[in-house]
Amino acid sequence: MKLKSLILGACSVLAMAGFARADTTLTIATVNNGDMIRMQGLTDDFTKANPDIKLNWVTLEENVLRQKVTTDIATKGGQFDVMTIGTYEVPIWAKQNWLLPLDNLGSDYDVDDLLPAIRSGLSAGGKLYAAPFYGESSYTMYRKDLMDKAGLKMPDKPNWAFIREAADKMTDKANGIYGICLRGKAGWGENMAFLTAMSNSFGARWFDEKWHPQFDQPEWKDTLSFYVDLMKADGPPGASSNGFNENLALFQSGKCGMWIDATVAGSFVTDPKNSKIAKDVGFALAPNKEGVDKRANWLWSWALAIPAGTKKAEAAEKFVSWATSKHYLDIVAAKDGWANVPPGTRKSLYDNQKYLDAAPFAKMTLASIKAADPEHPTVKPVPYVGVQFVAIPEFQGIGTAVGQQFSAALAGQISVDQALSSAQQLTTREMTKAGYIK
Amino acid sequence: MATLHTRASARLMMAPSVILLFVWMVVPLAMTLYFSFLSYNLLTPGAHNFIGFLNYSYFLTDPAFLMAIGNTLLLVIGVLLITVIGGILLALVLDQPFWGQGIVRLLVIAPFFVMPTVSALVWKNMLMNPVYGLFAWIARGLGITPIDWLADVPLFSITLIVAWQWLPFATLILLTALQSLDGEQKEAAEMDGAGAVSRFIYIVLPHLSRAITVVILIQTIFLLSIFAEILVTTNGGPGIQSTNLTYLVYAQALLQFDVGGASAGGIIAVILANIVGIFLIRLIGKNLDR
Amino acid sequence: MARAINTRSKITFTIVGWLCGLLLFFPILWTFLTSFKTEGDAIANPPYFLFFHWTLENYIEVQARSDYLHHFLNSVTISVGSTVIGLIIAVPAAWAMAFSPTKHTKDVLMWMLSTKMMPAVGALIPIYLIFRDWGLLDSRIGLTAIVMLINLPIIVWMLYTYFREIPGEILEAARMDGASLAKEIIYVLTPMAVPGIASTLLLNIILAWNEAFWTLNLSTSKAAPLTTFIASYSSPEGLFWAKLSAASTLAIAPILIMGWFSQKQLVRGLTFGAVK
Repeated sequence: MKLKSLILGACSVLAMAGFARADTTLTIATVNNGDMIRMQGLTDDFTKANPDIKLNWVTLEENVLRQKVTTDIATKGGQFDVMTIGTYEVPIWAKQNWLLPLDNLGSDYDVDDLLPAIRSGLSAGGKLYAAPFYGESSYTMYRKDLMDKAGLKMPDKPNWAFIREAADKMTDKANGIYGICLRGKAGWGENMAFLTAMSNSFGARWFDEKWHPQFDQPEWKDTLSFYVDLMKADGPPGASSNGFNENLALFQSGKCGMWIDATVAGSFVTDPKNSKIAKDVGFALAPNKEGVDKRANWLWSWALAIPAGTKKAEAAEKFVSWATSKHYLDIVAAKDGWANVPPGTRKSLYDNQKYLDAAPFAKMTLASIKAADPEHPTVKPVPYVGVQFVAIPEFQGIGTAVGQQFSAALAGQISVDQALSSAQQLTTREMTKAGYIK
Repeated sequence: MATLHTRASARLMMAPSVILLFVWMVVPLAMTLYFSFLSYNLLTPGAHNFIGFLNYSYFLTDPAFLMAIGNTLLLVIGVLLITVIGGILLALVLDQPFWGQGIVRLLVIAPFFVMPTVSALVWKNMLMNPVYGLFAWIARGLGITPIDWLADVPLFSITLIVAWQWLPFATLILLTALQSLDGEQKEAAEMDGAGAVSRFIYIVLPHLSRAITVVILIQTIFLLSIFAEILVTTNGGPGIQSTNLTYLVYAQALLQFDVGGASAGGIIAVILANIVGIFLIRLIGKNLDR
Repeated sequence: MARAINTRSKITFTIVGWLCGLLLFFPILWTFLTSFKTEGDAIANPPYFLFFHWTLENYIEVQARSDYLHHFLNSVTISVGSTVIGLIIAVPAAWAMAFSPTKHTKDVLMWMLSTKMMPAVGALIPIYLIFRDWGLLDSRIGLTAIVMLINLPIIVWMLYTYFREIPGEILEAARMDGASLAKEIIYVLTPMAVPGIASTLLLNIILAWNEAFWTLNLSTSKAAPLTTFIASYSSPEGLFWAKLSAASTLAIAPILIMGWFSQKQLVRGLTFGAVK
């Protein structure tokens, strides 16, 4: 009885409070990946602590999301209060003063706990402009059972020659087993993310110090020929339209021997609920070419940022802080287990024994993230930052157009040489138009 | 006097539509025209310099430009061919009495109600996917290597998807026209001993010509700006094999955020669309004007 | 003898007709079936046709992720609203064109149609800026207005072709009988025009329902219709065939059912003057 009246009282106080204070509704743009969708189901914890803040989700596919938030922020449309953006956008947007610096994340946020590589990717001028929701690099995922069957053992640091050999031996097309699955779908964030990182491991670079494109150099030819040959011999059919999601589906259903892709995939492929081969997955670093000391691993983070135009900055920052806090990791762990917490953002997570026990991919993820260096992504010097992208506004368009050419080469529509010379030509054109090449 | 009066009231009645459409056309067109002469990238704010025809020359010399025009025309013509021929055949079948006609007609018109995005997603993932898709399964069942539809024959695949969406529309219009054909005429021809084929060529087809014109006109208007199907399935690729003009402009506007370049592309596309439009109206306008 | 031939041809056409119908309908049927499968069954090889474990989990998950009813109501508001407003504006225009045509009528009509050929992407940024300045972004009013403008030419044209079929003699006869203009419109013309208007209404609701470019780019959440709802499923992570099917089914079901029920009315006026 007492309890009941207490609850009733509390409710009415809450209701009154809600009535008295103007409710703030935050419109949050998110990408439709598993971790973000999980967050939408866990927001009770936040709204209970902040009853005056309502959350309004806009969940979109990555490319649609990027178009919408970019149009909105560039025209100061003001439709969103929190945006999910990546390491590519942050430095460019921060330079335009489109984002609010996050300096009120709260006393218990512990900014110094963020992984240095990730944090620096989301900062400009020493200020944090977006809080990482998860961070990723890329690594090699492989099927231990198929490896054994092929009589091979995956080293922790494979090179491309080994990957080639293993892919050849694992491929069994009659039974629908393809030795290797790699991205082929055109897009700067799809096949070009992979191929740019891969080219780094072959010693190639996008531009020289004077912004001249380098697709006419032998390193790029090595990269692309190796990729196309490997995929033709051992890749799945339709590879030129496979992106991350398609490959994930293929790997989960047991059709791939190896898959070199984002480290976040680790928790999906080892989740027995969705993955047929959850028990058999092993992890290794992304490969390199013998003698090149850069590996084919990238650095990416989906992060929450607050557009400068919002009128609800305070509430927005509260939310951003909550969603990227240690506390949030605890909530996910309590509900769905440690293996499913958003990875790659905090050092403390990788010191947590419970996490390391639950996540077989944790060690490799951390090693991969640490190995990526956005400031010095290539063997030869470059005028840009970014491992698997070039952090200039023009890159989305150029990267996608080059990606189209490479995708066509993979599909066998044009030769590797044709693809490279078209890429060289169109990149030169765009860079000239944008005024980089004088 | 009376005619003057009616004429004035006729103008008054038309005014809202005409003014609205005029504003709807002119305002964006004027802004687009203005932007097309500026160096204006959404991602680099600041001064938007006047750069003359530079955006136009870049768009026109884009290696993808001619290919895009070709693809646009191929797509329109391909879909028109499939829907008109398929539509006539289907209409002929549906015109015959048979059991369950009503239900079959419902089944036939259903694709017309499906959102372009949805139909593209369904075709891409569930039918044309070379690993899980139904077509691949059928092919394997027949002992053929499955075709990788969207990589090997991208433009044809898109044509197929779009044709599937528009076939019901063509069928319905042609069927209505067919049903209005005078039964006596047909019977008379039958009496004369004309075979089914010559009856079709000399009586049915001329009767349908007007309906065919309508189908072509309406569909062309929609097909010139096909976009969602390409975005969802191939992203214009592989390479630029399935890039049409609309998609090319889209890539400028929303991938490169090059408002200037996209505006120039938009203006060029408007001009080309109007050329097609005039051509179309000349060619078949007479047929409509009876 | 004749009877035998008739029966035989009826059987043939039954088979051919059903084959065509099922073939065309198959993608929709397949989507519908897949939406009740588990993700694992959805990609099973060989595929399951009917004998699988039927489940509603995809629908539950889709609903948990985005409020279907909200998007559905927006779709209804925008498509019905834009069509009705379009009709109100277009009926007088089409009327005037049909009953007191001038030598420019056809040019005006063709010009109206030509506005539809403009590639929407080229005009996105200008429209976006206007919408921003007028506070129309993510508003049902803004979307309704845009969709109305897009479909207005088609509405005018459909009505025009339909009105033109109404014989002028009937009007004259009514006038001879001393009917006033108002009476003429209410008692003589309206009953004859209703099928055409109904069919125009239905067709344009369908077109508006399926309009994806503007609705997707100018709305975020408050006014977002089902096209936005489906956009969040276009390539999610991992196995998604079944969830995609469920979302697709939800997005197309209302308009499909409406289309089927109103099929007769839709077809009656859907001639664009092609039938004389």
